[in-house]
Amino acid sequence: MKKNLWRMVPFLIFMVLALFFWRGLSLDPHEVPSAQVGKALPAFKLPTLESDKIFTPAVLRGHVVLLNVWASWCAACTEEQIFLMELAQKGVVIYGLDYKDHPNDAKAWLEEWGNPYRSIGSDRDGKVSIDLGVYGAPETFLIDKTGVIRYRHVGVLTKEIWAREFLMRIKHWEAQA
Amino acid sequence: MNAARKKKLMMVLLILGVISVVTALVLYALRQNISLFYSPTQIARGEAPTYHAIRVGGMVVSGSVLRDAKDLSVHFAVTDYSHTLVIMYKGILPDLFRERQGIVAEGMLLDDHQFIATSVLAKHDENYMPPEVKDALARAEKEKVKPRL
Amino acid sequence: MIAEIGLFSLVLALLFAILLVAVPTWGLLVEKPRLINAARVYVCGQFLFVAISYCCLTACFLNDDFTVIYVLTNSSLTLPWFYKLCAVWGGHEGSMLLWVAILSVWMLAVNFFSRELERAIRIRVLVVLGALSVGFILFLLATSNPFLRQFQLLKSTGRDLNPLLQDPGFLFHPPMLYMGYVGFSVAFAFAIAALWLGRVEASWAKWTRPWTLAAWCCLTAGITLGSWWAYRELGWGGWWFWDPVENASFMPWLVGTALLHSLMVSEKRQQLMAWTLLLAISAFSLSLVGTFLVRSGVLTSVHAFAVDPSRGLYILIFLLVVIGGSLLLFAARAQTLQNQRRLAVVSRASALLLNSVFLGVAMLTVLMGTVYPLLIDGLGLGKLSVGAPYFNTVFIPLMIPVFILMGVGVHLHWQGDSPRRLFARLNKEIVLSFILPALLLMVLEKKINAGVYLGLVLAAWVLLSSARVFWTRVKQRGMRDIGPSFIGMVMAHCGMAVTMIGIAVSSGYGLQDDVKMAPGSHAMLAGYTIEFISESVLTGPNYHGSRARFLIHNAHHHAEIFPEKRIYDVGQMAMTDSAIDVTPFRDIYIALGEPLDDDAWSVRLYYKPFVRWIWGGGFLIVMGGLCALSHRRYYTHKKPLPSLEAPTL
Repeated sequence: MKKNLWRMVPFLIFMVLALFFWRGLSLDPHEVPSAQVGKALPAFKLPTLESDKIFTPAVLRGHVVLLNVWASWCAACTEEQIFLMELAQKGVVIYGLDYKDHPNDAKAWLEEWGNPYRSIGSDRDGKVSIDLGVYGAPETFLIDKTGVIRYRHVGVLTKEIWAREFLMRIKHWEAQA
Repeated sequence: MNAARKKKLMMVLLILGVISVVTALVLYALRQNISLFYSPTQIARGEAPTYHAIRVGGMVVSGSVLRDAKDLSVHFAVTDYSHTLVIMYKGILPDLFRERQGIVAEGMLLDDHQFIATSVLAKHDENYMPPEVKDALARAEKEKVKPRL
Repeated sequence: MIAEIGLFSLVLALLFAILLVAVPTWGLLVEKPRLINAARVYVCGQFLFVAISYCCLTACFLNDDFTVIYVLTNSSLTLPWFYKLCAVWGGHEGSMLLWVAILSVWMLAVNFFSRELERAIRIRVLVVLGALSVGFILFLLATSNPFLRQFQLLKSTGRDLNPLLQDPGFLFHPPMLYMGYVGFSVAFAFAIAALWLGRVEASWAKWTRPWTLAAWCCLTAGITLGSWWAYRELGWGGWWFWDPVENASFMPWLVGTALLHSLMVSEKRQQLMAWTLLLAISAFSLSLVGTFLVRSGVLTSVHAFAVDPSRGLYILIFLLVVIGGSLLLFAARAQTLQNQRRLAVVSRASALLLNSVFLGVAMLTVLMGTVYPLLIDGLGLGKLSVGAPYFNTVFIPLMIPVFILMGVGVHLHWQGDSPRRLFARLNKEIVLSFILPALLLMVLEKKINAGVYLGLVLAAWVLLSSARVFWTRVKQRGMRDIGPSFIGMVMAHCGMAVTMIGIAVSSGYGLQDDVKMAPGSHAMLAGYTIEFISESVLTGPNYHGSRARFLIHNAHHHAEIFPEKRIYDVGQMAMTDSAIDVTPFRDIYIALGEPLDDDAWSVRLYYKPFVRWIWGGGFLIVMGGLCALSHRRYYTHKKPLPSLEAPTL
């Protein structure tokens, strides 16, 4: 009888460990509450990457759009580019904010990795990004028709996150006037 | 107690002895060698101990990196967008150290805004921010929304 | 097209794995030999289709097929072809496919080499391995499909393999490690098969041992290569960081070593059966736990794979089923095993038991340090990290009894011995172990560093004790009949001693200096003059940067080395390619830091005496293991002996 109890010890140690592993999985480091959510886009005026037009919040008005912060030096941005291209093909309106980048590098990067953006603002010194509270690239903002930030995702945008966080919100804000 | 029982008892005592020595060693080593992470905000509030091995981190403030002309001393500031901390370090900064990137430094706090680092750490992927820094930034933002009373 | 074939093959492999589990088990229940023997076919089928799948993925890499997302993110047009071969396992999905491929290889080997093994055990072993395969292939197909396609980006040149992984050491390190991790599944399967069957044959240990030995050799080689690669590639002179990923490979190794020694006792003396079974289960369990830690994002590490919580969840459930299930089985069934003979307190058997206890405890301390941050975070107590000092403080003292036992154990008799007799036999060696290192250190270094001295004493003890036992054996049996197992043991133990010497001396007497240097300046280190001669522009196939020319010289030595700073084109990632001036007794190591104004660089200089001995020792250990593996008795088998059935309690 006593021997049996000893034999349970490894099992019990393992279960305790497994419990902490379980908890560890739910400590998701990607959860970032944002102060900007619910606020309007700050005013900005940037040159666009592709033409002489100016990139301002007015450009984004009228639709529920994504504003994707990216850069040619950002290796992780390439990961989400495939997915962004898919979204663009499906008709999602995506605008880009080229963060602390050289326009030539950025254009070359788009050539290679694809361009899902309706228009891209060139934020060379990163000032606009600071106003937006951007931590780094990539980040994606969901902006409603009136130019108010409704959600912000830090990090690579994946199918799962899109389905879980963006889809419902887009539907909701599309339905608003 | 017969001889066999005695042997078994000795064996059990020996194993228990080893385990307790090792446990004591582990607890001692853990206490001496774990380092808690503090954000610039926590440090500004005085929550971090001074003259004690801790880790700090944040985003490197652009334009704050200054190198000494003669030797390899450098100092720079890190921030969680709420408070700023100056870090002093002597040595070679890692390849992934860059302005507006997240870093973690190990060392000792001198007062509520100066830190002497014994090592500076940055991660592989230049866009991957150390989770402690991310957490600190998130907390700092939360505080802004709900100001402390 | 090829990617689709690869995916389809993987599905077929899964089918065969499922059949491997279901059909023979059913056959055992209804006692139909034909169904039972079908296991052979299913193993071959699984192997065939996994191999096809792996080859397809490799083909996609070699063809630069960027419509396969995994190829796009892990390779590039400018990547040299041999690195493309390695890039197959450079990311999570491909490395899991490699894992499955290696598992299939081991299964095929078990199938092939176990013809003489009693069928009841053999089939159960294959079924258990099949069940593991099902778990892994499902994991691949459900969460980590390497064959996913994309058709949006058609002009890409590829994201490139992480530059740190573009190194010859990387060619062999992960496959070796996986051979080890996965190889322990065979010992695991043998243990589960025995528990399932409810009895342990006298020959069980003999059958399990060569598989364990082979896996252990691979794991040792993998760890040694990893350490050597980190030293060369990570640029900062370190060769072990107690990083979670390193610990993930070290823990199975510790338990695997304990298992190896315990199997010896079980085979020769039919003792310690329950303990051996537990070790066999634990070794593979730790491989699985290691996989979880590295791939689930639960721990942050310098080289963890990309985070995906769904993967973490799957692996955790897999862990619960496999490890939890096997430990429960152990708790329930282990009582049917009993020791045939009692263990004498002072005997080789008890020395081996004690050795495996210490190794097990060492593993637990490493596990503790690795998961402690997770525990604390889980309890909401903050974010902390456990650094190298913890591990060094706890692990090093534990190695003292292990080394002592290494020297003592080989001289003890199996049945029983007396400490006095032992001491009488070895008193010269004991005394010399203390005197020789002291003399050496005083003559060569003129001061004795306590830590280094301790390490050298332990190493000397093992070397002298091994020499003594070798000499005794030669006198007893003559040079020709020493036996490969014995030679292997001596080599492996000596290898441990050599590694210990390397660690002790390089840590104790190593020197480091961070200096600011410009072309034309020089620095002094350990009696050498190190001159920064010139700097030039560097362009490589997928990188550009700077290359510096350094001259190292003293009265007897003159060498030039070329440390580099590379910036990889894709991702603009800076990387230090340090240069090392190597001789058998010391390394001089130069790493470029950052470019400073006015032409200068921050440069780190290292003097590392005896550091090569660390990996030289590792190599010796692997050779010892391979030598032992060559023993004829593993390849010729007699009929199985009557089983070891004990009256149940």
